[in-house]
Amino acid sequence: MGSRVSAFKRFLHFFLKNPLTLFGIVLVFLFLVIALAAPVLAPYPDQGRGESLMTARLQAPSAEHLLGTDALGRDILSRILFGSRVSLKAALTVILIVIAVGTPLGIIAGYVGGVVDDVIMRISDLFLAFPSLLLAVAIVAALGPNLTNAMIALSVPWWPWYTRITRSQTLSLKERQFVDAARSVGVPAPKIMFRHILPNCITPVIVQATLDMGYIILALAGLSFLGLGSQPPTADWGVMISEGRSFILTHWWISTFPGVAILFSVLGFNLVGDGIAEVMNPKRRR
Amino acid sequence: MIRYLRFITKRLILLLFVLFGLSLMTFLLARVVPSDPAATYLGPRPQPEQVERIRAQMGLDRPLPVQYALYLRDLLSGDFGTSLSTHQPVLASIREYLPASLELMITAMAIALAVGLFLGTLSARHENTLIDHTGRFIAITGVSLPAFWLGLLLQILFFRVLGILPLGGRIDTMVSLIHPVKTITGFLCLDSLLTGNWTAFRSALLHLILPACTLAAYSIGIVTRMTRSSLLEVAQEEFVTAARAEGFSERRIAGKYMLKNALGPTFTSAGLAFASMLTGTFYIEAIFYWPGLGSYTANAILSIDYPVIMGVTLLGAVFYVVVNLLVDILISFIDPRIRI
Repeated sequence: MGSRVSAFKRFLHFFLKNPLTLFGIVLVFLFLVIALAAPVLAPYPDQGRGESLMTARLQAPSAEHLLGTDALGRDILSRILFGSRVSLKAALTVILIVIAVGTPLGIIAGYVGGVVDDVIMRISDLFLAFPSLLLAVAIVAALGPNLTNAMIALSVPWWPWYTRITRSQTLSLKERQFVDAARSVGVPAPKIMFRHILPNCITPVIVQATLDMGYIILALAGLSFLGLGSQPPTADWGVMISEGRSFILTHWWISTFPGVAILFSVLGFNLVGDGIAEVMNPKRRR
Repeated sequence: MIRYLRFITKRLILLLFVLFGLSLMTFLLARVVPSDPAATYLGPRPQPEQVERIRAQMGLDRPLPVQYALYLRDLLSGDFGTSLSTHQPVLASIREYLPASLELMITAMAIALAVGLFLGTLSARHENTLIDHTGRFIAITGVSLPAFWLGLLLQILFFRVLGILPLGGRIDTMVSLIHPVKTITGFLCLDSLLTGNWTAFRSALLHLILPACTLAAYSIGIVTRMTRSSLLEVAQEEFVTAARAEGFSERRIAGKYMLKNALGPTFTSAGLAFASMLTGTFYIEAIFYWPGLGSYTANAILSIDYPVIMGVTLLGAVFYVVVNLLVDILISFIDPRIRI
């Protein structure tokens, strides 16, 4: 019990010394709460879902519409709140896909070794050798522009990172006694890999996932902005910025506020990730 | 020297594999395109027999392995295919649009290195102070900013509100008509400077500022972060303690011993950032009406012009691998300890 208190104190001390990380945690927490509670929080939930109101077009921010309305008369605040759900859902899906593909491959490469290891790792090197966003653009352009394809396209260049992490983790776990013990009593290899090694790979994978969330949210918004992700009337932040583009010189609020939402959510995850990296790097810990 | 040759050969072989894998991927992608390329090529309402003829002409009626072999043969002879919408050869268009993008990217990288190295060093020297927190915050904001949004904000601020910078384009149309710039390098600023065309130079430079700064934002973040963290890592090395014990000034230790050792990781990440700027131009050139490869590709993306998209992807990958190779060679010159 005593050690737990001191761990808590250490954590508290860490946050006091790292106000940026604390700020990041607050931003991520807000993002999650907003995504979950958007239908309750949004002043005009139907407009958040895409309903338009042509009589209220292009209204500047006011008490009625805190962040103004867009070219179709939709309340921008409501659409931003709903947009967080699109963003969160899509980014989580991408993360889950890359974990589902990358993690087992890494464990197999690390545990089986030999030719299997070589083949898996050379293929992943190949994917890491070119710019991920460029590949994603090419893939989504070929598959056809929609959110599902954008998520697939982002996953394709991304899984190798998780393969690398789990492979190196597996290599060190393989030499541990509990794995030796399991092997010596005749536990079959697949069972060792997924019952004994997999659970021990979860922490680094989750850390990496936190680090990646911001980047993936940003990349998805970018694809949507280019017209390669979510399609109107979805309340997607990237789509909203692109819709407001032709009005920026006259109606600045349409593109500006969704961008703030992207910035804050990506910033949140990146600040948290940065804090984690700071703690995890033993060379820098004092 | 032999070491270098072996290293470069190894990397070039990797490049070959990457290119082979990528060509296979772009080929397969192009074949899963749901819309019929022949129909796209012909425009709306084509006659069935026309489609058949074009399909035969494009080789779309042959078996897949044969099609791939033909595709490879064409690539090797520099034929990246023909744009489905402009009907121009892809490679010729890329060559035409590339200088404008390179001018933008090189300027952005120069800005990123100058600002990033400065902020990173400042942050590291004042670790865990307000200066450091501010520097880190700027760096993380840089990598969190959606570039396309930043571009729009800068346009609102500097064009609409302050009225001191142009909205977009590479040069004022009137200026380019009255003071035409002779093309030497294709870099408008450089060409106008070389030919002493001051009016054009001024206009080109003013047009370059906003897109270059927008494109630089992400790399500023990357360079700042990397400079800071590698400086802090180097600071714990024994030779720094030794230098301090010798009584060298902090300025000399930081500038001469630490920065030199910290530059490796910084340049590596800057190289990666530079290579991926090509994707950044898709957004930024579209926003600033910059007539480069990015706008060209963004248009191709909208019209699902896959020969163009695949050509640019292939080229982008080569660029990425080559830039990384050059950076690795550069670093080994700065820091001879690195065995490449």
